[in-house]
Amino acid sequence: MALLEVENLQTHFRTPSGINRAVDGVSFHVNEGETLAIVGESGCGKSVTSMSLMRLIPEPPGRIAGAIRFAGKDLLQMSDREMRAIRGNDISMIFQEPMTSLNPVLTVGRQIRETLMIHQGLDKQAAEAHAVEMLTLVGIPEPKRRVREYPHQLSGGMRQRVMIAIALACNPKLLIADEPTTALDVTIQAQILKLMLDLKRRVGAAIILITHDLGVVAEIAERVMVMYAGRKVEEAPVAELFRSPRHPYTQGLLGAVPKLGSSLSGTTTRLAEIPGQVPDLRKPITGCVFAGRCALATDLCRQYAPGLEEKGPRHIAACHYAAKGAVAA
Amino acid sequence: MLSYILRRIVATLPVMAIVALFVFSLLYIAPGDPAVVIAGDQASPEDVERIRQSLGLDRPFLIQFGSWVWRLMHGDLGTSIFTNLPVSTMIGQRLGPTLSLMVITLLLTILVAVPLGVVAAWKAGSFIDRAIMGFAVFGFSLPVFVVGYMLAYIFALELEWLPVQGYTPLNQGFWPWLQNLILPAIALGCVYIALVARITRAAMLEVLQQDYVRTAKAKGLGQGGILFIHALKNAAVPIVTVIGIGIALLIGGAVVTESVFAIPGLGRLTIDAILRRDYPVIQGIVLLFSFVYVLVNLMIDVTYTLVDPRIRY
Repeated sequence: MALLEVENLQTHFRTPSGINRAVDGVSFHVNEGETLAIVGESGCGKSVTSMSLMRLIPEPPGRIAGAIRFAGKDLLQMSDREMRAIRGNDISMIFQEPMTSLNPVLTVGRQIRETLMIHQGLDKQAAEAHAVEMLTLVGIPEPKRRVREYPHQLSGGMRQRVMIAIALACNPKLLIADEPTTALDVTIQAQILKLMLDLKRRVGAAIILITHDLGVVAEIAERVMVMYAGRKVEEAPVAELFRSPRHPYTQGLLGAVPKLGSSLSGTTTRLAEIPGQVPDLRKPITGCVFAGRCALATDLCRQYAPGLEEKGPRHIAACHYAAKGAVAA
Repeated sequence: MLSYILRRIVATLPVMAIVALFVFSLLYIAPGDPAVVIAGDQASPEDVERIRQSLGLDRPFLIQFGSWVWRLMHGDLGTSIFTNLPVSTMIGQRLGPTLSLMVITLLLTILVAVPLGVVAAWKAGSFIDRAIMGFAVFGFSLPVFVVGYMLAYIFALELEWLPVQGYTPLNQGFWPWLQNLILPAIALGCVYIALVARITRAAMLEVLQQDYVRTAKAKGLGQGGILFIHALKNAAVPIVTVIGIGIALLIGGAVVTESVFAIPGLGRLTIDAILRRDYPVIQGIVLLFSFVYVLVNLMIDVTYTLVDPRIRY
């Protein structure tokens, strides 16, 4: 059975210039222990999706509709109190910005302790001891000294390790990582990813990885969901998606990744880009959301939105022209 | 840290010296000859001259200042022209009521204003927020004596819950002491509460936008923990600052409040001393208030380091 089942998730924001449909009817699931990557460009609704799962969207102006079933129970039907018992305990989250995501005026130890004291009912000493263990686990040297330090005394990579320690302190069943490596140096990125994979194996948590870095996806995800303009446009196992992307948008994304050494081999190719811009989500969209930027778009695309269809083994995409095999791109 | 505090205390010396010079100059800047005042209406010019000599008012300015500072450093604030009592004794007698009033007002302000500001920021834009901020504007615009008389009329004269005026020292019991201070503290605290609540709200609004507040929520913390631990501690620097600055407000307000509620404190002593042109007393009080204010500023700076670990001296 799926650990998390999201059905027709709609997260809309009321703005002075109309309703912004940041996430509009997205459904997906995550199995126990599985790693699902959600990819897409900035503003495609991937971060809003992850925040909606934890109900961290301020309501109002936001409004979340649909169903988010975690271990069979709909998170959207829960009281604030029940939701608090889930956050940081069964589902925890790592954010993009390690520099600003930790509280600057509380010690690292205190920030790890808190979740343990709230969710596991540990007393201060036990929580402190566990916090030191967690810091050791995420590879921070001198953990006994570090627990008494403040975030500004740590580097960016260290802070992200602390965030991971906080997130994993209560052995969550699901870890949501919202661009966990985007703000870090490339060398540190690799370390943090490796750490996440190690710990995932140890704790056995499922991971939802939000990213726009396809290299990261290839490295750690098992399944990929591609979002565009607040909708899911394609979903497939990671190898299948990289081998034969069906949706023109996914093909564009993969084409926009520079290939190492391509300029040395003499075949200098211009980096592919996707022309145009994401549509205004405050206006109703008729037809395919990607039609405005798609080279293959026809009148059919502009009038009728394609539904998600099976295009291959466990491979679905929302495109009229991606029926058989890969679209000729 | 300790060396910082010591350095700061040493640095207050020049400040206090300048204050002392100003305070001493009062005698020369102010209109009216103190010798004439002391001598009274019936005195002959000879009497006035004799008094002037006995007070040393005939000597050159710098010599007078020098000997005044010398005595000051030995703890001698001079002698009241009017009562012939040492100024330090007179201030000592009046210190208790004023200090009590200040402390109660300060506590009342912190206990009322900070939670009000926090709730207003949390519920920003809601009815509660607008009600609290409306109250703040109201509290800000009412003069201390108006609030004082209104409170005295309602709670003392009409409802008879609390005494109309007067003061009972603390050594005669906690409740008798406190019940005389409740109405004055509310009257005096009104402006102060309004000020601190507004600043708290503004500081909190900014902090509540920060990423770490979202992290705290994602960890499963309750609203109280998020607001009062994670957010408030980050908003504390401007709040502490305005509470400190507000103490100057209290010093001015205490003079009026003590008159309204007939509290025998320093405020009343100040007014009496000014009316009688009792210069040594005025000098002593102004000097004391300046010293308290310098001290409060030092305390504010030290408090910063307690609430924000990034601030180190």
